[in-house]
Amino acid sequence: MDWMSRNLPYLMAGISVGGQYALIAIGYTMVYGILRLINFAHGDIFMVAGLIMVYSTTVMPIYIAIPLMIVVTVILGFLVERAAYKPLRSAPRMSIMISAIGVSYLLQNLALYVTGGLSQQYPAIPWINDTVTVFGATTKRVTIITPILTIVLVLLLVTLIKRTKIGMAMRAASRDFETSQLMGIKINSVISFTFIIGTFLAAIGSLLFFTNYTGVTPTAGAMPGLKAFVAAVFGGIGSIPGAVIGAFIIGICENIIKGLGWTTFSDAFTFALLIVILIAKPTGLFGEKVTDKV
Amino acid sequence: MSNILEVKDLHVSYGGIKAVKDISFEVPRGEVVTLIGANGAGKSSTLRSIVGLVKPESGSIQFEGAELAGLPTDQIVSKGITLVPEGRRVFPDLTVLENLKIGAYMRKDSLEEDLKWVHDLFPRLKERSWQLAGTLSGGEQQMLAIGRALMSKPELIMMDEPSLGLAPIIVQGVFDIIREINKQGVTILLVEQNANMALKAANKGYVMETGRITLTGTGAELLENEEVKAAYLGKAKDK
Repeated sequence: MDWMSRNLPYLMAGISVGGQYALIAIGYTMVYGILRLINFAHGDIFMVAGLIMVYSTTVMPIYIAIPLMIVVTVILGFLVERAAYKPLRSAPRMSIMISAIGVSYLLQNLALYVTGGLSQQYPAIPWINDTVTVFGATTKRVTIITPILTIVLVLLLVTLIKRTKIGMAMRAASRDFETSQLMGIKINSVISFTFIIGTFLAAIGSLLFFTNYTGVTPTAGAMPGLKAFVAAVFGGIGSIPGAVIGAFIIGICENIIKGLGWTTFSDAFTFALLIVILIAKPTGLFGEKVTDKV
Repeated sequence: MSNILEVKDLHVSYGGIKAVKDISFEVPRGEVVTLIGANGAGKSSTLRSIVGLVKPESGSIQFEGAELAGLPTDQIVSKGITLVPEGRRVFPDLTVLENLKIGAYMRKDSLEEDLKWVHDLFPRLKERSWQLAGTLSGGEQQMLAIGRALMSKPELIMMDEPSLGLAPIIVQGVFDIIREINKQGVTILLVEQNANMALKAANKGYVMETGRITLTGTGAELLENEEVKAAYLGKAKDK
């Protein structure tokens, strides 16, 4: 029991952080699936979602601020795609990637301008911030909620993709733009829809993530964004279950390393893992199988 | 008889290279029309510009009297044209049934009747409904690509090299299906390198060479034409 109460918090924190990474990683993997683009701005949209929450709660109650933050973040994700990626649809892939890096720095610098570079206090969200005791270990309620909410959202998303017409169009478009157009699918709508889902999940992820931290800085999206990206690569970029499993594995491993007293190395572990995957199995755990038959 | 499709003075180029140079042709309603010619003659480019996958440089494409040139692909196909693309291009990680359903993506009415129609034409597709399309054989994929196109209830179906890479016995099956679909009232514009089979199936044929139409006639006339025989049917001239 003593061993349990000493180590359980690390495991729970790991599962919780994993859930937050998963919500971000889905955005990376879905956008990659359809556009073959690594959306470098995704982590920064996550950070902007945090700032929107900071500023909106100063002028309105929290139960209005949360839905507003989600809506504004989704609109931002949609506009970024329309303004920075859509005009480059037929350009070489490198151009659109550079555009994504540009958007990333633009958002970071806008945030720097707005915040003055100071860390902004994230509002304490009632209920999910409460302390609870599980098996003798004390933790915040958000730690318990995160993995449950993540799994529910992922199941909904998988159902959407497997069972609905728009989901079928997304699967078709991620394989073959031209033939999808021949079916009458409006490619641009499908791509916008993908960005909307990705930023929606990132907005939820930001709510859960920043609750555990004291403040939001203009570069606060970089580290979780990068780790979520590693998770997406680890799971096999393009695969949603892969990204989720990868995120949970990374979250749990990081916290186990912290629990062993090697906190300094927990970030290094994640990126070392990236290098190992890229060498040993570049397609990741559930990477796209090549089933083309001619 | 009215023409369902009229192409006039069409020019298509890719990055400065002219693929189609000033061609004009008509497809009469209810007939099978074929464009034959060698690799690189501009046949595929012609079809791709009709559905808007490439923008024509100049010229007019009229479908039932409405101008198509310059419209986006989804609007063009919503008018009742469809293209069975070269190399079949079924969606490999969708099931056979999903591939058929996605062919009817724009339709909001019930698909039951048309699914039954396609399943009657291709019983094999019904047996394999739950299989991923990527695991089908080449011939089955071609059937699926045609079935998928039929699910949009097109008035004009264009096919780009449906016999490409298939065994002779399967090719025969594909052409039987083309005749059958036509008999049921769908107009067909067929692009083929297999000139012999295509001309036999067609009411009317056009021969394309390096971006231009060089010969026109009924399918039977072109089959008897000495130049066509020499160039595309593998028969020597002086015999």
